[in-house]
Amino acid sequence: MRIGVAAIQGDFERHQRVLTKLNIETIPVRNPVQLRDCHALIIPGGESTTLIKLFKANQLFNEIKKFAQKKAIMGTCAGLIVLANKIYNPPLESLQLIDIEVTRNAYGRQVDSFVDNIRLNLYGKEVQFEGVFIRAPKIKSTGQGVEPIGYLQNNVVMAETSHILVSTFHPELTDDPRIHEYFIEKAKGILK
Amino acid sequence: MNFESKDYKLKVGLAEMLKGGVIMDVTNADQAKIAEDAGAVAVMALERIPADIRTQGGVARMSDPKLIKEIQKAVSIPVMAKCRIGHFAEAQILQAIGVDFIDESEVLTPADEEYHINKHPFKIPFVCGCRDIGEALRRISEGAAMLRTKGEAGSGNIVEAVRHMRAIQKELKRITVLDDEEIIGYSKNIGSSPELVSHVKLHKKLPVPNFAAGGVATPADASLMMQLGAESIFVGSGIFKSSDPARRAKAIVRATTHYMDFDIVALESEDLKEAMKGLEIHDIPEDQLLQTRGW
Repeated sequence: MRIGVAAIQGDFERHQRVLTKLNIETIPVRNPVQLRDCHALIIPGGESTTLIKLFKANQLFNEIKKFAQKKAIMGTCAGLIVLANKIYNPPLESLQLIDIEVTRNAYGRQVDSFVDNIRLNLYGKEVQFEGVFIRAPKIKSTGQGVEPIGYLQNNVVMAETSHILVSTFHPELTDDPRIHEYFIEKAKGILK
Repeated sequence: MNFESKDYKLKVGLAEMLKGGVIMDVTNADQAKIAEDAGAVAVMALERIPADIRTQGGVARMSDPKLIKEIQKAVSIPVMAKCRIGHFAEAQILQAIGVDFIDESEVLTPADEEYHINKHPFKIPFVCGCRDIGEALRRISEGAAMLRTKGEAGSGNIVEAVRHMRAIQKELKRITVLDDEEIIGYSKNIGSSPELVSHVKLHKKLPVPNFAAGGVATPADASLMMQLGAESIFVGSGIFKSSDPARRAKAIVRATTHYMDFDIVALESEDLKEAMKGLEIHDIPEDQLLQTRGW
């Protein structure tokens, strides 16, 4: 199993570090040829405006859309934003691979960034996780086929569909690999 | 130093988000929009770009908060701003107006010739310039969440940034092969703490991201610095002192992402119109060098 991490810009190395620790082969993805070699894809945190612009410039935009029909994609923070159906503050074009509406920088600027405990529902069990929220977005609404699986108070901070897993926080900035493990299992399930 | 603290996760975390990108100096809202449209990951809001500070002279201070606020309103990417070395009151103002990152910068006239700012109490992360490993680790001890080479700001000449990046990479390699008994002597010589040197030895890298700054003017400069180990690129005067800023900004962004794809760097280098003129470092009088400010 080989998981690609979109390496246009952002904390892609942190995702790769977690995957390597879990003995998963990982490659940085900067063009469609590299993407074709992957069994799953992670879109990391970074600047969503930059990611979208460079996905388009590198023909990755349409390739990722095609990729999602057969394989799993995880997005954290900016990665969640670019996967969403609709983006606010400001409106941006997106991949529209998960039916959620998202507000960028919804908690404010860096001075409002925070770490807090969140509740995850993994395999039907409720567990705690350290949520690192950096200039984080908020999920305004979730549509049909979208399962909320993570909460900060009453806000949905993690959600999934059959092929897509997204979080508004950064599991890659903690030493806790459970969310990545969950994604790996999901990706394997789809390949079967 | 607790690199596992929540405070550190948030500060270094934002630095991680800016990796592989380009941070551009802008002096007004229009330039900020051009930078954002070109794919900049952040902008540095300032009144005068380094090349103009160099020619105009006088005391260079923190920018007017009004200007910074206008730029914050114009773009949705992070906005950075500079304060003078040691001027913690300017840093407090920048935090109060919600700047995302503070650059304690040698480009402005230093306010304290003895001490840099104690950056730990701030909620906002700091980036600081460095020329060698000792300077890098001292800034980290003071709480910097990101480093950048000093290079020679406003020169349009990459030679000093290359010198500083190579100096740091060379010592990083050296630290990884130090015996435990050598660490204390080595730390004393570079003016850092043995704990921090041991941390670098264990992880084989600096505990915070290290970006390139000071003289980047072309897509090739960006690719060069990334290949030498920079994790992102700051472009100061290089964009808005060139003939076609929007085009050059885009080109440097793509060259930074694809710094090892020489077909793309070549394509982006084509027909860029004139780069900033630039300065030969030896022609700059020694007392006008910016990189020797701070320690």
